[in-house]
Amino acid sequence: MSDVRDRMVARAAREIARGMVVNLGIGLPTRVIDHLAADFPVCLHTENGLSGIGPTLPYEQADRNLIDAGGAYVSTIPGSAFFDSAVSFALVRSGRLDLTMLGAFEVAQNGDLANWKIPGKFSPGAGGGIELAQKARRVVVLTTHVDRKGNPKLLEQCSLPLTATACVNRVFTDMAVVDVAEGRFHLREIAEGLSVADVVKATGAGLIVPEGELPRF
Amino acid sequence: MKLADKSCALEEAVSRIGVGATVMLSGFGVPGTPFALIRELVRQGPKNLTIIKNDANEKGMGVDHLLAAGMVKKLIVTHIGLNARAMAMMNAGDIEVEFCAQGMLAERVRAGGAGLMGFVTDIGLGTELAEGKTRVELGGREGVLESALRADVALIHAARADTFGNLCYAAAARNFSPLMAMAADRVVAEAEVVVAPGGIVPEEVHTPGPFVDHVVPLGALGEEYGVVRRA
Repeated sequence: MSDVRDRMVARAAREIARGMVVNLGIGLPTRVIDHLAADFPVCLHTENGLSGIGPTLPYEQADRNLIDAGGAYVSTIPGSAFFDSAVSFALVRSGRLDLTMLGAFEVAQNGDLANWKIPGKFSPGAGGGIELAQKARRVVVLTTHVDRKGNPKLLEQCSLPLTATACVNRVFTDMAVVDVAEGRFHLREIAEGLSVADVVKATGAGLIVPEGELPRF
Repeated sequence: MKLADKSCALEEAVSRIGVGATVMLSGFGVPGTPFALIRELVRQGPKNLTIIKNDANEKGMGVDHLLAAGMVKKLIVTHIGLNARAMAMMNAGDIEVEFCAQGMLAERVRAGGAGLMGFVTDIGLGTELAEGKTRVELGGREGVLESALRADVALIHAARADTFGNLCYAAAARNFSPLMAMAADRVVAEAEVVVAPGGIVPEEVHTPGPFVDHVVPLGALGEEYGVVRRA
């Protein structure tokens, strides 16, 4: 992983407060766990039916019945619990999930999220993503600021099918930390070595920039 | 009093699945997928099936055998991204695929199992998942009507069973099993270990025996049940 992405993931890890129940989506969000201290009190939830996820295990030590929703072989810790899929999503929909971290194709300035379908190209189904995005108490997105072709992923409006409407609270990218509030993007932090102008240029919607020096990550 | 013995041979347990049947399959990826029952179903070969499962497994495993054998008319699933064949068949129009939000699939199955016709939810509002669904206002809030799901047959994998059909699931292999075991007219459970009634402590039963029609003891587990080695 490139240095700046590693710093972005490390910065995102600071979003997790002590005692939270957290679901980490597949991809970059899963790596957030590497930046949490082993004794940090947090309950990780995976939608296939486990609260209290322990460390990922190598092939030789894996339990064939114990995966997370991304298919990684994980372990339990003292206090873990298993449950069925209805219970798992009752936990999500009833407000017991404090935070979810998800990937994105597009985020709109009103908090709309598109991360599950590119019509005609990619439509594997959303799995548990729709309920995570719609019902977690706080939704943060980890994504590159622009796509592989250099097009911005933070937009005035999403063009792809939505995962959920007005659900994103904060976006961590390889360029910036951006909050979504009152229908606008607000620049909060900026990656080392970049200027505000760099971030503004790479953003496909208006960006509210506060006065004074911004924190760096 | 004594509880009935529902032990059943693999061939016989699967033999009542006819052409055009709707079949629920437990499992989320490998854990909980009834691979032996699926292989027997492929051997017997009824076509035009509607399969209800969280996912389509991976190439060369579980649901993929049904797809390869041309036995599937429709999948009701939440995610098929790990099975390129399922994606290709969907894109070519060879199978119909109905995608559900994962918790909605679970809840629709649970509703079916609980004798309900459906439920109202706000999940999916404002997205294409809500398109075509009946809008409902309830307590001043807007929602959509989700219909219950039932199947002709549910094929379930259990870690342990007694001969009456009380079932226990291992770790994250539980997932959809307890829900699907309530939601079909005929429920077949394959089990890694089968014990006499009393061999499972009542407090540790995950699915009560009255829901289960047939218990199929598994011999040595096939390769598909094992840990998948990934690069």
